[in-house]
Amino acid sequence: MNTPLFEALLRLGDDRLVLGHRTSEWCGHAPILEEDIALANIALDHIGQANLLLGYAGTVEGAGRDQDALAYFRDAVEYRNALLCELPKGDFGVTIVRHFLHGVFSVLQWEALSQSTDPTIAGIAAKALKESKYHVRHCGEWVIRLGDGTDESHARAQAAVDQLWPYTGELFMQPADEASLVSAGVSADVSALEGAWRAQVSDVLRRATLTAPEGVWMQRGGREGRHTEHLGHMLAEMQIVARSHPGAQW
Amino acid sequence: MTTMSPVADDSARLAQFEARVAADESIEPKDWMPERYRSQLIRMMSQHAHSEVVGMLPEGNWITRAPSLRRKMILLAKVQDEGGHGLYIYCGTETLGVDRQELVQQLLDGKAKYSSIFNYPTLSWADMGAIGWLVDGAAIVNQTMLAKASYGPYARAMVRICKEENFHKRQGYEIMATLARGTPAQKAMAQESLNRWWWPSLMMFGPHDKDSSNSDELMKWGIKRKSNDELRQRFVNLTIAQVKAIDLTVPDPALRYDEATGNWITGPIDWDEFWRVVKGNGPCNRERIEARRRAHEDGAWVRAAAIAHAEKQQRNNRETTERQQ
Ligand SMILES: [Fe+2]
Ligand SMILES: [Fe+2]
Repeated sequence: MNTPLFEALLRLGDDRLVLGHRTSEWCGHAPILEEDIALANIALDHIGQANLLLGYAGTVEGAGRDQDALAYFRDAVEYRNALLCELPKGDFGVTIVRHFLHGVFSVLQWEALSQSTDPTIAGIAAKALKESKYHVRHCGEWVIRLGDGTDESHARAQAAVDQLWPYTGELFMQPADEASLVSAGVSADVSALEGAWRAQVSDVLRRATLTAPEGVWMQRGGREGRHTEHLGHMLAEMQIVARSHPGAQW
Repeated sequence: MTTMSPVADDSARLAQFEARVAADESIEPKDWMPERYRSQLIRMMSQHAHSEVVGMLPEGNWITRAPSLRRKMILLAKVQDEGGHGLYIYCGTETLGVDRQELVQQLLDGKAKYSSIFNYPTLSWADMGAIGWLVDGAAIVNQTMLAKASYGPYARAMVRICKEENFHKRQGYEIMATLARGTPAQKAMAQESLNRWWWPSLMMFGPHDKDSSNSDELMKWGIKRKSNDELRQRFVNLTIAQVKAIDLTVPDPALRYDEATGNWITGPIDWDEFWRVVKGNGPCNRERIEARRRAHEDGAWVRAAAIAHAEKQQRNNRETTERQQ
């Protein structure tokens, strides 16, 4: 049986690993060179966060698994990321809107976790907070540009919001096994972040002349390992070299 | 009052220009320069910028498969650097009075060249080692020379870029060294990759001096300071020691050490292959340009949106100012 802390760290780490990986798929193919560089930077920040979080998860687990064992030798059903993170990268609109939606959540989560009573988590969160603030600023500006830009970009940005919105609810579903961690001040209650998230997201969507869908069913399952079909394919690619040479050093 | 004829005027300026180059003075964007110097620099610098950008593709191909998180981060950072180099050199080229848009269009239209090395496929993880070690290694030898180029903005770009290239080379060699001392399968992967990249990396320095059409002029104007063959020899001498240190072998049965000169002498380079790839028939020429075109076309709506939004902002700002007046 995994401990709640280990599970909580997987949720934090897997979100960043999967989203970082998806973003890294852009490398060399972005709409302009400046954005290629910016997206690579965002991907790098996420994978860097995952590296720290999964490394700590391995330490907490105490079973001799390090971050690479956790990243490369777990199957999709053992991943704990929110479904939002694993959806295919889509067009530039989907990529930007997703980073914005998840980024606003991340900033709130890191703010809370930078006060964690667990000093390792607090340290990681303080570093990640600075990075996520930049991601939100960068992607938020793009959401406004795309929403407000041309008819085509508006339609694409709105389609991205519509596509991604049903996956945002899961971010705020507080897993039952984290209750003791929340009361000990180790973990943050994500359900408490939703109000602030909604306010910040609505503000940017309004300036982008975009609208959030109302009353849609919120998909869930990632936190328990019930994923979309996309994750398996992503992991197959990500893990192929490592799994072809078990035990090898790189 | 007498006026000099334009011809005499130009030849006086040319003499002055050549004297400055000969005295190792740096030529700056506002200085007078011969049109031919300008056009040669635009050609060379834009090819260099294109190479950085196209060069993102073969390595980008393995970011999603990097076998550890640390390697994934290093590779991502490296490829990101190459994008930064491209951007930086495009900006440097713009100081010569062309714009980036125009240069990029030449690349997409297949009219501009870029380093042929990027027309080879990346087939294994070891290729990330071979590229960093050999391709960035060769680039360093070339760019260390270009850091002394007569055109100031180019020389300064090279100084800055070379620092990062050293990190690129180091991470590549480290990948190879790790594979070479790893499992038998890893060592075989490293050797197979070296076999494929060795000759193309020697070709990166261009044809022999006697067959290089631009070399003389570039040397005369201090854009290049050393010949293709000199640079290639320097690279070979540096690299052979590194190959031996990790217990791999170069795929060249004719390789020998020349006691008299202290040089490693390689067997003959397959120049037919070199020209075939330069002329567009390398294994990946079509894929590389196709990938750049697709990125450009798929991104058209994004660029249009950015322009439209900026124009609306400007209009709004103007209206606000007018209302306030
Ligand atoms: Fe570079
Ligand atoms: Fe490089």
